[in-house]
Amino acid sequence: MTDVTDRQQLNYIAAQAADARVNLELETEGMTLNIGPQHPATHGTLRIVAKLDGEQVIAADPVMGYMHRGYEKLTEVRTYPQVTTLINRIDWLGSFANEVPFILAAEQLMEVEAPPRAQWIRTILFEMSRIANVVLFLGDVAVQVGAVTPAFFAFRDREHILNQIEAVTGGRFHPNFDRIGGLKDDLPAGWVAETKLVMKKMRRFCDEIETLVFGNEIFEARTRGIGVIPADIGLQYGLSGANIRGSGVDWDVRRDQPCGLVYDQVDWKVWTHPDGDSFSRCWVRLQETREATKIVDQLLDTIPAGPVMAKVPRIIKVPAGEAFVETENPLGVMGYYVISKGDLVPYRVKIRSASFNNMSITPWLLKGVYVPDIITILASLYFILGDIDR
Amino acid sequence: MSLLAELSYWQQTSLRVVGGLAGVLLVAGTLVYLHLFKMVSFMQSRLGPMEAGPFGSLQLLAEVGKHLQKEDIFPRKADKFVFAAAPFVILSSTFLLVVVVPAGPDAWFISNDLGIYLAMAVSSVSVIGILMAGWGSANKYSLMGGLRATGQLIAYELPLILAVVGVVIQAGTMNMQGIVAAQAEGEIFGWGGIGNPYILTQGVAFLIFMIAMQAELTQAPFDMPIAESELVSGYMTEYSGMRFLLFFIGEFATAGVFAAVAAVLFLGGWWAPIPGLEFDDNVWNLLGPLLLIGKIVVLTFIVFWVRFTFPRFREDQLQRLAWKFLIPLALANIVVTAILKVWI
Repeated sequence: MTDVTDRQQLNYIAAQAADARVNLELETEGMTLNIGPQHPATHGTLRIVAKLDGEQVIAADPVMGYMHRGYEKLTEVRTYPQVTTLINRIDWLGSFANEVPFILAAEQLMEVEAPPRAQWIRTILFEMSRIANVVLFLGDVAVQVGAVTPAFFAFRDREHILNQIEAVTGGRFHPNFDRIGGLKDDLPAGWVAETKLVMKKMRRFCDEIETLVFGNEIFEARTRGIGVIPADIGLQYGLSGANIRGSGVDWDVRRDQPCGLVYDQVDWKVWTHPDGDSFSRCWVRLQETREATKIVDQLLDTIPAGPVMAKVPRIIKVPAGEAFVETENPLGVMGYYVISKGDLVPYRVKIRSASFNNMSITPWLLKGVYVPDIITILASLYFILGDIDR
Repeated sequence: MSLLAELSYWQQTSLRVVGGLAGVLLVAGTLVYLHLFKMVSFMQSRLGPMEAGPFGSLQLLAEVGKHLQKEDIFPRKADKFVFAAAPFVILSSTFLLVVVVPAGPDAWFISNDLGIYLAMAVSSVSVIGILMAGWGSANKYSLMGGLRATGQLIAYELPLILAVVGVVIQAGTMNMQGIVAAQAEGEIFGWGGIGNPYILTQGVAFLIFMIAMQAELTQAPFDMPIAESELVSGYMTEYSGMRFLLFFIGEFATAGVFAAVAAVLFLGGWWAPIPGLEFDDNVWNLLGPLLLIGKIVVLTFIVFWVRFTFPRFREDQLQRLAWKFLIPLALANIVVTAILKVWI
């Protein structure tokens, strides 16, 4: 896989050398272009300082932190149950998924296990927030390439998922539903049948996107062979989720280290794509959405009866110790390292969010590409600024 | 004896100017309403405008009112004259295009034997307007948009003109009215039942013309100069209020006018390919504009359908399409047309 990198870099050097002679004659000077912090392609306040030679990027540096909210410190002054209100705002599009690893870490420290029904519902909601998140990506990646219509379809169909999440949790964006030892409530009546219909709609949406976006020649021309991440380089930069699976690395925390969620109870597949380019990252996400609907369908069929809350004390004091739990969030691997000193509040929480690491490869990846490709590559890396500037 | 010929010259001229202005603006407004507001809303599962007027038909007027109230902002380092003049240069190219488009036997501005040549020439003036906007804005995004537009518009000018050459050879005239007449009186391999709308014999040229027209209008998939997700609307970035709306209306008006040119060249303009259709010139003067508008609506529907469905090319891919594919194809079309013209 390394020779791909070498070739990319060599091509760039060769192009530079060829241009150098022309530049000597024409004296073209570089231009610094600030993409962001308020650029439509950056989903928030990311700033990329790009040095351009014509339309080719010589160097690109992401500047982060315009929206820093200090969550790691804020958790230290909040009791354990209060922390979920904060952390589900980290990745605001798949918010339920942010709560789960923290709660699991706290449960590990307290040596509590949620009852089976709670684990099932947790996994269902986890996968539904993945769908809600990635559906928006599938619409958005088309917008970044210049087609607006799929984004409207994405917003239209995400509504169904959000309605179902709202019906259970009462919150559309910030459910705040996970509790140490289980869940706040049980499912409402009739929810299972309705969710099955919604899953069918989501599969139809995936088919629609596949024909409208992935089947389009221009989309393929814009994304195939663009922004190639070889597997070893991707692993060095700490990429995770669909970004690394798009480079052919068969690594999924859901399957490899299942912790507290019931992925071992269903029949599903981890999708990978060998190419490592922008297209393969998008394609892997599309397949993951399909797979998630299948997981939800199977879990809805096998959901066990029983309580949704284990016996936990009313005032939660977590025994001293350390725990690190990571889950496969919509954007990649998200982990919480929780240190407790036996207080009501955590002593220290370190958040390992997926987008921050996924972002780290951009200076390497953007070198030598053209300005329009900056946008497609950023779109295919898929970051949420809240997940970067946490 | 036609109706207009009985009027004196100044009466004819003023009628034509009023008719032309109304024609361009009404058609542009209709297209904005039909395609941008209603058709696209339907395609994108949105509601679209509903409140202003019946079915939201007065929405465009409301927008004009809104934009007129807005402050006319100039960037501090902008080249003020160039910045202010740019939208008008683009609009003037649109209005000049209409001059040679016939909407009926008498319903047109000038009878020029170089009609289509003039149309192609003035259509390229909009490049200057876009470059002025990009340069005058003192904005890096705008500058890149302007330069991209220049490269693109110059590249697609060629297939556009070469596609027209085939029609000109077949019709034997550059006069737009002559081209309509040639289609009305034409024969397809000896059979003259429905005349010869050139879309049948110049189908390749029609496809090339439509693709190049899409690029000339800077509509997706050729909207690199605007590229709202990359260049933040490119050369339009710094424009606000009425000047922005002028660009916006110019875009739709140009789409309508180019569609009119395409309708004249390939679909027979104001004439309808129905066997045994014989009308007095006065009837054609009334029917013709309606037929032409119908054809414009159909053609612009295709333009906007593509615009709202397709993603955007990259600059080098776009140039490759023009230089390596469209231009050779157009040249081949000319050769084949010329050979058939001489031998048949």
